[in-house]
Amino acid sequence: MSLIVFAGSAQFVAVGMVAQAVYPPLIVLTVFVVNLRHALYAMSLGPHMKNLPQRWLLPLGFWLTDETYAVSIRRYTEDEGSADRHWYVLGSALSMYANWQLCTFVGVFIGGRVADAATWGLDFAMVVTFIGIAVPMIRTYPMLACALAAFVSALALNGLPNRLGLIVAAVIGIAAGVLSEQWLSAPARDRQPT
Amino acid sequence: MDAGEALFLVIGMALVTFAVRYPLLAFTGRVSLPARMVRALRFVPVAVLSALVAPAMFMPAGAPDISLTNAYLVSGLVTIAIAWWKKNLLLTIALGMAVFFAWRLLVGGG
Repeated sequence: MSLIVFAGSAQFVAVGMVAQAVYPPLIVLTVFVVNLRHALYAMSLGPHMKNLPQRWLLPLGFWLTDETYAVSIRRYTEDEGSADRHWYVLGSALSMYANWQLCTFVGVFIGGRVADAATWGLDFAMVVTFIGIAVPMIRTYPMLACALAAFVSALALNGLPNRLGLIVAAVIGIAAGVLSEQWLSAPARDRQPT
Repeated sequence: MDAGEALFLVIGMALVTFAVRYPLLAFTGRVSLPARMVRALRFVPVAVLSALVAPAMFMPAGAPDISLTNAYLVSGLVTIAIAWWKKNLLLTIALGMAVFFAWRLLVGGG
């Protein structure tokens, strides 16, 4: 799974669903929704990469993760000069991939032998990483509305079967963001035509 | 789950993940997407990440746990404050994990 999927949060969620014996197509659907954010990362990096050939785009697409996006987009927006920045993206992606494989191997090999490994709280690393990525993205009120709506609904809907709460909460968050943005921009447009 | 189901699952996951990541990377800038879709997509990361983080903080063991002995909740809130203040991913991860382990050591809880 780590070798060919390479999506930490989705793998984490999927393993939890396997443990609850959720119907596999539903797991795949959830993985799709959890990873949908990568479409946005791809869209944001795409214009910077429009001159790259397919032999670059295919692997970089496969290796695109939250972390690689977070460091790459900063590199692309802060440094306008270099033409070789895709090497930077590749470096980030390869380190992530190598590290992911190594740690998966360690987990598979050692996990079964260390009785209380699951209670060490290593899963908190996922929480801090996602907070570190998401919070700086919240720069506008619609984005804040989106975060709060998704956060609260994820708690309220946690009891839904098949972990559907995650998908529904994400959709509610997106709707809250889009609607509040429309609501905020309507009067502003009347005052100040652009 | 038998081997066939597991294979279906892993290949299915790989296909949808690649299908989400690659096409827009390759074609944005060459073709344009509807503005409404782009606007909605901007909210996806924050929405999905919030929806993943909330239950992990408030119900780490499956049941709601709002108490000082829930290290996930306390450290999660501290981490949000750090992220808001510093806006630095690596620093947020390092400090967040440090707070988490320190809290578990000093106050206890899972």
